Amino acid sequence: MANLYQLSSTSLDALFAALRADGRRILAPTDRDGHSELNPVQTPADVARDCMQTTLSAKGAVFPKVEQLLGYRLAPGQVQLADPERRAEPTVLFGIRPCEAAGFQALDAVFNWDTRDAFFNARMANLAVIAMSCTRSDEACFCTSVGGGPGATGGSDILLTPTAGGYLAEVLSDRGRAIQALAPELFSPAPADAHKADLLAQVPVAFDQPALTAKLPALFDSPLWEEQSLRCLGCGACAFVCPTCVCFDIQEEGDKQGGRRLRTWDACGFSQFTLHASGHNPRPTQAARWRQRVYHKFSIYPDRYGQLGCVGCGKCTRACPVDMNLREHLLQASQAQR
Amino acid sequence: MSDTNASNLYLPHLMRIAAITDEAPGVRTFRLEFVDPAAADAFSYHTGQFGLYSAFGEGESTFCIASSPTRKGYIECTFREVGRVTAGLADKEVGDIVGFRGPYGNTFPIEDWQGRNLLFITGGIALPPLRSVICNCLDLREQFGDITIVYGARTVNDLVYKAELQAWQERPDVNLVLTVDPGGEAPGWTGKVGFVPPVVEQLAPSPDHTIALVCGPPIMIKLTMPILARLGFAPSSIFTTLENRMKCGLGKCGRCNTGKSYVCKDGPVYTLEQLGQLPAEY
Amino acid sequence: MDVNEKAKQLLEAGTVQAVAGFQTGTRGVRRPVFLRRAEDTGRMVFDPGCRQNLAQYATRTPVKRLGRLALTLRPSGIRALLQLMAERQIQEPDVLALAVDPDGQVTELATAEAMEAHLALTADPIPAEDQALMDRLDRMTRAERWAFWRNELSRCIKCYACRSSCPMCYCGQCTMDCNRPQWVPPPSHGLGNLEYHMVRAMHLAGRCVRCGDCGRACPVGIPIHLLTFHTEAAVQAQFGQRAGASAKLDYALSTFRPDDQETFIR
Repeated sequence: MANLYQLSSTSLDALFAALRADGRRILAPTDRDGHSELNPVQTPADVARDCMQTTLSAKGAVFPKVEQLLGYRLAPGQVQLADPERRAEPTVLFGIRPCEAAGFQALDAVFNWDTRDAFFNARMANLAVIAMSCTRSDEACFCTSVGGGPGATGGSDILLTPTAGGYLAEVLSDRGRAIQALAPELFSPAPADAHKADLLAQVPVAFDQPALTAKLPALFDSPLWEEQSLRCLGCGACAFVCPTCVCFDIQEEGDKQGGRRLRTWDACGFSQFTLHASGHNPRPTQAARWRQRVYHKFSIYPDRYGQLGCVGCGKCTRACPVDMNLREHLLQASQAQR
Repeated sequence: MSDTNASNLYLPHLMRIAAITDEAPGVRTFRLEFVDPAAADAFSYHTGQFGLYSAFGEGESTFCIASSPTRKGYIECTFREVGRVTAGLADKEVGDIVGFRGPYGNTFPIEDWQGRNLLFITGGIALPPLRSVICNCLDLREQFGDITIVYGARTVNDLVYKAELQAWQERPDVNLVLTVDPGGEAPGWTGKVGFVPPVVEQLAPSPDHTIALVCGPPIMIKLTMPILARLGFAPSSIFTTLENRMKCGLGKCGRCNTGKSYVCKDGPVYTLEQLGQLPAEY
Repeated sequence: MDVNEKAKQLLEAGTVQAVAGFQTGTRGVRRPVFLRRAEDTGRMVFDPGCRQNLAQYATRTPVKRLGRLALTLRPSGIRALLQLMAERQIQEPDVLALAVDPDGQVTELATAEAMEAHLALTADPIPAEDQALMDRLDRMTRAERWAFWRNELSRCIKCYACRSSCPMCYCGQCTMDCNRPQWVPPPSHGLGNLEYHMVRAMHLAGRCVRCGDCGRACPVGIPIHLLTFHTEAAVQAQFGQRAGASAKLDYALSTFRPDDQETFIR
């Protein structure tokens, strides 16, 4: 394959150094008391050794949990608006999984649908993704059921796959080539017998997603959603750890002198999400809100954006205090009679 | 390709309050003029569209643009004080600055209604979105057939746009039918007494070459639609406009998503036929 | 009798319409399950992995609609039921506590009196690692403790998993949801995180039943339960009142006695 190379494990030190010399910060999974999260790292030694997945997704790099949309100063009869500088530190995400990289495509679909979101785009323009293929998975994973896979390349600029003595490296985009050009000597041609598929985790397909998507309209009034959501607590953990969830709130903080408008993460699972000032709530039950989560990702996204709103990473399942296992729920839905 | 200088979709226009009208208890209309004349010149919209209006320090709220696009130089919005932002707006005086983002949403396709009769059915604070259409059509009166407006409120005091109602009442080319709920009359009231749905039933408007626009509280809509169906109105010729909790107005924040539709982009104007395809989550 | 047999017996007899218990979920975790049919009770488990406080479902509408509820509970769950009764959120006939001992044997506790008596005989110390961290925090200077919590809370994402998993956070409209006035900023920035957790710790002072669900629920691993453990311990030390000890309660922070010490305001 034209863009297939190999990197030795020891060459990562030089790669990180080259990236830092190029003025980029590197975010990678780091360990902390049994939790792994994306944090700034200096060298490969800082990177978590054995992290299957981080708890939070990488979306925070382009869609932070709090972002200022505008500011203003007030005086009698006067308002002065301040358009914030699009601060976007050049960043490389290292070691995120193919499912998380795929998440950026879903984020892009929303933020650039019809109109272009300047804040998201400024950060995406300064982001490069060096993802790491998966050599293991767990019961929460279902990437292969949603068009992804442990070695899928969507959303990555370079995809590394661990192999003996180092990594296979697929250089997938202009940004990937630009990184390669920082230290081309580290990228040797891959051996002719390199076979990526043999190195990957096995993730069996759990359910027929196209069939489920086609079936969902008929399932809208099914008692299934109430049954599945009986234990749901209505928190936002699933939405907030999800690489593709992008629903947001706009909050105002100010006083008579001035203030600012902030964009923050929000979740359709919260009881207030659709609440009108009059007190009327179009989705008054957790069952309706749980149904919306499933439909938004598997019915509305394909209809509007031509892609799913789910990458099968399983983060929601792992973060959920009551083990709302999305793969399990979707399998059940695909088998439901009514 | 760097987007770092791309425009910020969330920056509102600054609008000066040129006039305030107290329409009814808790209900007020603002006439707003663009602070920046260049923005005023560049601005245009179509009837049915809405905006997000800022009370700086409190937040944004969603209202229709209640004035007609045929009237240049200003826009109007009408709101009821019901929450944090509308309370902040209600505090404002002539000369104060508020924000406006828009126009957002789809439109009433009045260009398709040439030669048709128009039947407006509305109640209470739901008149504002239809008032934009009424004024737009009245400014182009010769393009339409009969214009009938059925408008009701709880009491005489709760009727909004009282000056406009007077003007429409006096026009020979408009049939205005006003009604108040039983017990809502005041001395000297010459309009009808009764809820809007039975008033419509009594009126028995013909569906021939007629477009119906219905906007009102859920109970009014629920009782009016079957009456129109009995009268022979096709679902594709009945239009309504929805109100949802909104934040971005741009089809991104997800809040107004109902079925396959984003009310801020695919709506807020829907025919009854389109509404029938949405789940009852609005 | 173990949980499976007991649940089967209760459902067959119609004593309750639903049993809240645990079943095995993804990757071996235990998760809540609501059994309504006697033939399904085989899938229930109750072992050290069943940590969650199921009492929090006693106030949730979709579960209440199922009818009278039996719940398999640890001591903290029984404390939660008593505290909920004391706060008039549930009534004795609505629930049937199933206390499960370390051997897996079930004791039915149908009345508040029975629950109180059972708790009096059951030792339920704070888990060792939590006690160790609480002791460590106690030994810190105020500045060190402040730095510890500022650091931990900076990672909070305001998902409200803590609030949603707490049996005592049953308010239909939480203080956080109120925007007139906006008591606490909703965004997940420094102030927004800190103020939320401070308010919650104060709202739970003397009410926290020390189940630790909030800390377990936190997706980013903040030991948030220690804040409410602390305020509950403070109320116990200052007023001699323990959360969940009884279904009759004159809540220490809202009850006034003529002999109250008021030295703090002189």
